[in-house]
Amino acid sequence: MSLVELKNLKKEFGTIAALNDLSLDIPEGSLYGLLGPNGAGKTTTLRILSTLIEPDAGSVMIAGLDAIKHPREVRKQIGYVAQEVSIDKILTGKELLHFQGDLYHINSELRDKRIAELIKRLDMSEWIDRRAGTYSGGMKRRLDLACGLLHQPKLLVLDEPTVGLDIESRSTIWQLLEELRFQGTTILLSSHYLEEVESLADQMAIIDNGRVIAEGAPEYLKQQLGGDRVTLRVREFSNELESGKVKDLLANVEGVRQIVVNRAQGFSLNLVVDNELVIQRLQTHLNKAEIPIFAISQSRPSLDDVYLQATGRTLMDAELALVGKRDKKQESKSSMR
Amino acid sequence: MTTTRSRYSSDEVEEKLFSEISQETLALTRRLFLQLIRRPSTLIAGILQPIIWLVLFGALFSKAPESLLPGGISYGRFLGAGVIVFTAFSGALNAGLPIMFDREFGFLNRLLVAPLRSRSSIVFASFIYITTLSLLQSFAIMLMAFALGFGWPGINGLFLVLTTLLLLVFAVTALSLGLAFALPGHIELLAVIFIANLPLLFASTALAPISFMPVWLGWLAALNPLTFAIEPIRAAYGGHLDLRIGLLHAPYGEVNGYQCLVFLMLLTIGLFLLIRPMLNRKLA
Ligand SMILES: Nc1ncnc2c1ncn2[C@@H]1O[C@H](COP(=O)(O)OP(=O)(O)OP(=O)(O)O)[C@@H](O)[C@H]1O
Ligand SMILES: [Mg+2]
Repeated sequence: MSLVELKNLKKEFGTIAALNDLSLDIPEGSLYGLLGPNGAGKTTTLRILSTLIEPDAGSVMIAGLDAIKHPREVRKQIGYVAQEVSIDKILTGKELLHFQGDLYHINSELRDKRIAELIKRLDMSEWIDRRAGTYSGGMKRRLDLACGLLHQPKLLVLDEPTVGLDIESRSTIWQLLEELRFQGTTILLSSHYLEEVESLADQMAIIDNGRVIAEGAPEYLKQQLGGDRVTLRVREFSNELESGKVKDLLANVEGVRQIVVNRAQGFSLNLVVDNELVIQRLQTHLNKAEIPIFAISQSRPSLDDVYLQATGRTLMDAELALVGKRDKKQESKSSMR
Repeated sequence: MTTTRSRYSSDEVEEKLFSEISQETLALTRRLFLQLIRRPSTLIAGILQPIIWLVLFGALFSKAPESLLPGGISYGRFLGAGVIVFTAFSGALNAGLPIMFDREFGFLNRLLVAPLRSRSSIVFASFIYITTLSLLQSFAIMLMAFALGFGWPGINGLFLVLTTLLLLVFAVTALSLGLAFALPGHIELLAVIFIANLPLLFASTALAPISFMPVWLGWLAALNPLTFAIEPIRAAYGGHLDLRIGLLHAPYGEVNGYQCLVFLMLLTIGLFLLIRPMLNRKLA
């Protein structure tokens, strides 16, 4: 059964279309990963389903309730941990948890019990009575996560929960998420880390340009692609022109399905081929044309390949293309309430 | 849904509604006070500034001839009421700042994703906080004025002072909260506060009676809400508790104590009606 059903969501900010007809079904009990480059619309989607903003069009059903018509009922079911940590610097971590408990109308006994549990579980006891202004990024994230979990939500929504975190905080959070799923909490997290989605999620969707371009279990998506991946470098750092030439040369080799120039990896070539035999043929072709080979390797399809297949560019490229195009300050200003 | 609801009697539902609203309002208010206690500089500045006014201005005119002011009272006594009102006013003008910072730092989103019973709780909490704060500051100033020998209103007078200050604080708090949602950021809000503060003080009867002013300034002072709060308090300090007596000799005519209070009440109601649609929209 689906816990979350988003249908044909549209959302525009001024002239920017953040969501173009986005639909998504999130099964109850799953750990669902939302993968996409910067600006894909992940945060916008999560803000809509957490009732922070309303879509211009489309429907949002959560646990059988219409989130646009009954926002308060829906809010009780959701724990939302935003992309930008927002904690009060002047309160201690524990005071913030108390505050949060009161906003969710938890009775004081249960609240204190839950707070103690979470402090222990997230290993916060050493610093929880210090003012939050003195916390490191990882501490703030953990506190923010604890706030989202305090009322034992049915659905936990996390917007890039581990971005910029040290390894220890990250693995604490990952472990906790797996436990929660085991206990039956549905978790929806956005990420642009392939590894995060790959190792945690049992269901996922790839979002690009405000729409879903692939969805399913990570394994299934990879299998569906079929074929083998070959990465070829003619030199350690090539250039666009050279790679373009090599691409043209190899395009018609038998068994080559697709070639993409990967800018992010020093203009290496990413090929999709029928099977491992094709490598031999590629090498022969390159030798004949007297083109050197710096490195050639072969692998099974990865999530990056899934993304590449769906969009024609790698995730990294998509991120690079956006650098400098967005004004984060302006956005956070205009998303102010 | 409906079956679970109907298990509760409407009394129980109402009781739950009340306890939930008070739980969230209390939490929001407690947070504001914790912030204040740990960062008391606004509280202290809000008391120091008026004390400086009292001491400096009180000294400036201390040698003025006895007959200078109407009724022959000393300048210090005259000034006290003005400074008390100014204290409450500038305290309340800051009401929007915490909300503005919460908007800017995204903390407001934490409140908006929570299943608050009523988002008015956010507004209630601000009112409770700022009313307490400005009354506290005003009271400190009253004590200071007393220590300087500028008088004390007495028990009945105190009641009149309190009523007047409350009306003014409500009106100004409403205005400031409205601005906190209407303006784009704290810089703009601070600019408005900065610009509003002193001119409103000077264009009122806080420092001089209307009879001392040129006609144009007299008109401004006679329309300035601060004046309508200052005059009843000045009367309370003078021991004139009969509100039917004319207090303000405005260019458009005599204004008595009742009329002052009614004016402040209408102002409060008007501002509430004005900001309500905006709060509803921003907190919808
Ligand atoms: N408040 C806003 N005002 C204007 N444009 C916005 C606003 N919020 C989002 N956008 C735009 O909508 C698009 C989607 O943004 P969104 O924040 O949902 O992306 P994202 O996938 O979360 O990206 P990131 O990985 O950087 O967090 C972007 O083009 C962004 O510029
Ligand atoms: Mg985002």
